[in-house]
Amino acid sequence: MATTAEFRTCPDTGLVFHKPAETLMKLNAVAGIVFLLVGGVLGLMLGLTRWPAVHLLPADWFYLLLTAHGLGVLVFWIIFFEIAVLYFTSSTLLKCRLATPRWAWLGFILMLIGSITTNVAIFQGGSSVMMTSYVPMSAEPHFYLGLILFAVGALIGCFVFLGTLVIARAERTYGEGSLPLVTFGALTACIIAIFTIASGAIVLIPTLLWKIGYISYMDPLVYRVIWWAFGHSSQQINVAAHIAVWYAIAGVVFGAKPLSEKVSRMAFLLYILFLQLASAHHILVDPGISSEWKIFNTSYAMYLAVMASMIHGLTVPGAIEAAQRHKGFNKGLFEWLRKAPWGNPSFSGMFLSLIIFGFLGGISGVVMGTEQINLIIHNTLYVPGHFHATVVGGTTLAFMALTYWLIPVLFRREVMFPGLAKWQPYLFGIGMSGFSLFMMGAGTLGIPRRHWDISFSGALFSHDFPATAQLLLGVMGISTILAVIGGAAFIIVAVGSVFFGKRKDPAVKFSMPLIAPSVTVDHARIGFAGVAVPGTLVLALVFLTAFVLYYFVNWKYLSSVWGLS
Amino acid sequence: MSTLSSPSERVWWKTPVERVELLWVGIALVWGIIMTIMMPYWHVVGKQNLSNEAYRTTPEAFAKKTQAMVDQYTVRTETERQFPVVAPPAGSDVYLIARLWDWWPILELENGKSYRLHLTSMDWQHGFSLQPENINVQVVPGYEMVITITPNKAGAYTVVCNEYCGIGHHKMIGKIYVK
Repeated sequence: MATTAEFRTCPDTGLVFHKPAETLMKLNAVAGIVFLLVGGVLGLMLGLTRWPAVHLLPADWFYLLLTAHGLGVLVFWIIFFEIAVLYFTSSTLLKCRLATPRWAWLGFILMLIGSITTNVAIFQGGSSVMMTSYVPMSAEPHFYLGLILFAVGALIGCFVFLGTLVIARAERTYGEGSLPLVTFGALTACIIAIFTIASGAIVLIPTLLWKIGYISYMDPLVYRVIWWAFGHSSQQINVAAHIAVWYAIAGVVFGAKPLSEKVSRMAFLLYILFLQLASAHHILVDPGISSEWKIFNTSYAMYLAVMASMIHGLTVPGAIEAAQRHKGFNKGLFEWLRKAPWGNPSFSGMFLSLIIFGFLGGISGVVMGTEQINLIIHNTLYVPGHFHATVVGGTTLAFMALTYWLIPVLFRREVMFPGLAKWQPYLFGIGMSGFSLFMMGAGTLGIPRRHWDISFSGALFSHDFPATAQLLLGVMGISTILAVIGGAAFIIVAVGSVFFGKRKDPAVKFSMPLIAPSVTVDHARIGFAGVAVPGTLVLALVFLTAFVLYYFVNWKYLSSVWGLS
Repeated sequence: MSTLSSPSERVWWKTPVERVELLWVGIALVWGIIMTIMMPYWHVVGKQNLSNEAYRTTPEAFAKKTQAMVDQYTVRTETERQFPVVAPPAGSDVYLIARLWDWWPILELENGKSYRLHLTSMDWQHGFSLQPENINVQVVPGYEMVITITPNKAGAYTVVCNEYCGIGHHKMIGKIYVK
């Protein structure tokens, strides 16, 4: 049994922190933010290289930094932060001691050693193989070894989370009821993570053995199928985790409760059931795979994972709208939204994350994951355009939003530069939206991804991309700068507050409480025309219209290209 | 109780669902089914589908077939490297090699006619990206993919490599002419 001396009650929120868990949350969050910083600097240099007028880096450095950028932010930043989220949603929200803090430490150390090892391999120069390291191209052995160590560490973190849930249940630390919705969402992320990490081990361990000569042949197609069970599913961890964060911020800022527990939890379950073989999306134009397999695995017959995201896209703002209407902002369609705390970066970051993830990342992802439409999108700049909208505009922005709240609650510091913090989500959100959108536009016009020079210097032949595509790459470069300024503002505020911020004095109350009292809404008494959350419904229908139109525009575009059969 | 704490109703799964949510779930379900049907529907009525015809191959076997085509149908050569321009008859099998860092040879096709295009890589993975049509296919070593292509506009097309294949990746471009 843990003693009460090992716990700290937050005087502002009443949340109970288990001290060993708190230390690990801080360490994982800080390690993540360091990788975000590195990834952001690299991102700036890459963005400036793909801006044809600037074309900053030489080819070898471009590919080297692109490899480091992909792994640094898409894997290391996000998974370190996710481990912090797992410990928070289990230990803190359930008021429970963290299971086996020593194992959690081991996991953290392995992740740290692994991520540094892989980065060393990349910066030594012999492992510029991109994040995907498609065989038969090969990296240095310690490139794979680092990733494997990192994965083992993350897996330990997942089991510490599950162990904590078991202890909390056995000791009834959170009463007799079910898990809080946010913890339930984190559990979804954890289950997907275990599948993901297992896939990563299944593909990377043989690749390492192949590299050092114990295995003679790696089939490149089998590699792609299994690698993407790791590569794509790791992005599904992000989706589940950042949606849990959306719900958490709705709870923290508004005291919101889900419209109904049943629907929100079902939607999380759909992720586990229908996202797993998402690798199909990456091999829609590969040889030797049947259309039946592609169609089934990209849709699971009815796109239930897309439905899950559409549900969250309704229920998260719906829960906020209900709480706001209950508080008296009940006029018209959008008073609840107009009177929302847009100056609170936790809220504005979360809401922008929701919009960017849905409108830019979500729609583009489903469209390009359609078997035939993928023919006109595969491996163009459209693809990174899509996933910067999901992983950066969606996940990273949501995690930034949560960090603003964690600074006083977890780190017990006041947020430094509150004026900068207030604007940061807008800078970053608008910068990333432009970046994603212009990349998708350039990709639609054929610009390839992972390509150092679209003027093909030194090549035997030449090719001119449309002037519009060149222009789009220019505005993409400008958006890169805007997004990087937004990212830098976040790092300045977060690192500044955590290491140099004024200690939070519980006697000093912020203008906004750090945790809103929870509200129980009588849905019959809010909204109008028999609809409790009419504003959210209108937003959802706008989304649906955009989705349907864009989907069919792409079919129309596909129908104009060469016949293929 | 908010999203951060246990549901206030112990038996939360029996509480009624909000009507907006039911409506939205229904809409999402119908839309998901429509999107699912679109893919097999396009296989029936659409003109842009992959055949899924593919074979295991080796660089030697594929190079031999390509060389046979080049020997038989070369009409001229281009550039200082004497790249053959090959004009095989309509309806025939045409071969395109992807290798570090070329698309070899140059194909010359007739507009509106169909050809069985065979694609493979001699070394690493490559990406066949036909510009400005923007048709993109993954080229995987060891696998020979067969696609029946029917050009619908005359012109000089470029094949760009859009799968990263090392330091010379950006130099890997080829040509397909359509008369």
